[in-house]
Amino acid sequence: MKGVRHYPGFLAMTVACLAVLYVPLIVVAVYSFNASTSITAWGGFSLRWYADVFTGPEAERFGLATWNSITIALVAASVATAIATGAALAMIRGGRFRGRQATYALINLPLMVPEIVVAVATLIFFATIGMRTGYLTVLLAHITFCIPFAYLPIAARLTGIEASYEQAARDLYATQGQAFRLVLLPLLGPGLVSGWLLAFIISLDDFIITNFVKGAGMETLPTAIFGSVKQGIKPNIMAISTLMLAVSIVFVSLSYLINRRGRSAAHNRE
Amino acid sequence: MAAPAGPSGGSSAATYARLVRPLLFPTWAVIGILLLLPVLIMVVYSFLTKEFRGGVDWNFTLAAYDQFFLTRGLFGDEPPRIEWTYITIFWRSIWQAALATLLCLVVGFPTAWYIATRPAHTRPVWLFLITIPYWVNLLIRTVSLRFILRDNGPLNEAIMALGLSDAPLPILNTDLAVQIGLFYSYLPFMVLPIYAAVERYNFALSEAAADLYANRWQTLTEVVLPVVRPGIAAGAILVFIPALGAFLAPDLLGGAKNFMIGSLIDEQFRGSQGNWPFGAAVSVILMTLVLIALLVQARAAAREAA
Repeated sequence: MKGVRHYPGFLAMTVACLAVLYVPLIVVAVYSFNASTSITAWGGFSLRWYADVFTGPEAERFGLATWNSITIALVAASVATAIATGAALAMIRGGRFRGRQATYALINLPLMVPEIVVAVATLIFFATIGMRTGYLTVLLAHITFCIPFAYLPIAARLTGIEASYEQAARDLYATQGQAFRLVLLPLLGPGLVSGWLLAFIISLDDFIITNFVKGAGMETLPTAIFGSVKQGIKPNIMAISTLMLAVSIVFVSLSYLINRRGRSAAHNRE
Repeated sequence: MAAPAGPSGGSSAATYARLVRPLLFPTWAVIGILLLLPVLIMVVYSFLTKEFRGGVDWNFTLAAYDQFFLTRGLFGDEPPRIEWTYITIFWRSIWQAALATLLCLVVGFPTAWYIATRPAHTRPVWLFLITIPYWVNLLIRTVSLRFILRDNGPLNEAIMALGLSDAPLPILNTDLAVQIGLFYSYLPFMVLPIYAAVERYNFALSEAAADLYANRWQTLTEVVLPVVRPGIAAGAILVFIPALGAFLAPDLLGGAKNFMIGSLIDEQFRGSQGNWPFGAAVSVILMTLVLIALLVQARAAAREAA
């Protein structure tokens, strides 16, 4: 008898779940080191497809797409984090105000409308106001859907910081600006960083909305990969995929560690 | 109770209460103009007349919805009958999404339970393992599945090596491949909310049930499931809604024959053969289905709370 928490077979199911999630990623990572030109046969270990990514015939196209992806993600994540911070301060610290429920719904709207519908609506909007689709339209769309992703960790963090810290600073003759800058902001830091990182990853990952509002000629990394995959999976795609996989894992790990350290630091202070 | 005003003349809470409008303005402006307004314009668009080469005429018509639901024969001169093409695509999307939700639940519930019953210090590691794939680019995850499910891909090689089949099984470009793709794409969405519910579950309830001679499975179905149902409902919504409008899994794994709503919409906005009002109308219908699903879930949650 192992107690009421134990159910036979649940461990096996957990292992199966993790296998389902990880096997495809591992298979692609392994095959990205394949020396053979064919994606079917294993021809020994090699880094040739990684070299191909940076120097091969498609290097320029993917390089440009990567540049677009990274600059868009940097700007979109930063703007979305700034906007979400303001929203979180108002929602968590602003007490009761009219339209609070509606604002909450608005912040979460990008999560509730199916992605393909967001894509269609955004494209139609830009066409209606006569804005040419390209880099700028992609950037605007990314800022919009990044807001809830930046908001969630920031709001969660802010909820955990008692208002009395800032009030104590005020009582000790700090201006509200000083209390915010010297007391709240450092405490909020981990939430800001993890919100920014998640928004960055979400922007970097987006395919559907980008594909609708990018216009002809402009590519981000996912749309460039999609274009190549449509003609068949080549080994260089697997190398790019593995690199992106590594970037995602690094970012999520960073976000996780920062959040955890922030939490334990907050505990120590109490 | 309001905190006493500090010597510098104000309470922190009062300052934030005063600043609510300016703090929220950017959010209202950005999401309002770049998402809420576009969705409203999209609804208007679905009632406009199609122009050649993908544009619209600003003339009000029900043509897009008519095209979706009704057919009048090849030359448009027969009495209207129900057009099944698009309803079939919606029906396929609904059952594919529902089946994916069910599969995610079957695998996700035991996983969430197992993780929630680990010692507190190892739980974050398990959760982290579940979260990582969610943050990996969905396109890349779908491409890896396409690579694995190919006729001469690793899965078929394994099947043949094990002697289960002499020839490669055609898995790619079938409904099965789409189903595998949807299940794989959204599995973490099911695990996380159920985990949150099980973590809050009071195991004394299970012990009480055991004391009253309920066996393990009776305890699970009669005691645990009713208590953690909100978590299951949240997970189901998080899987069902994106699966319903999924584009990548049907497009990359299903091929041309296994169309789902996402591909149908996408097609309306490609090149000069597109039909923007029709694409907008299909989007409106999809959004309506999603709203219905959300409302059903919200009402169920409200009844639960009452």
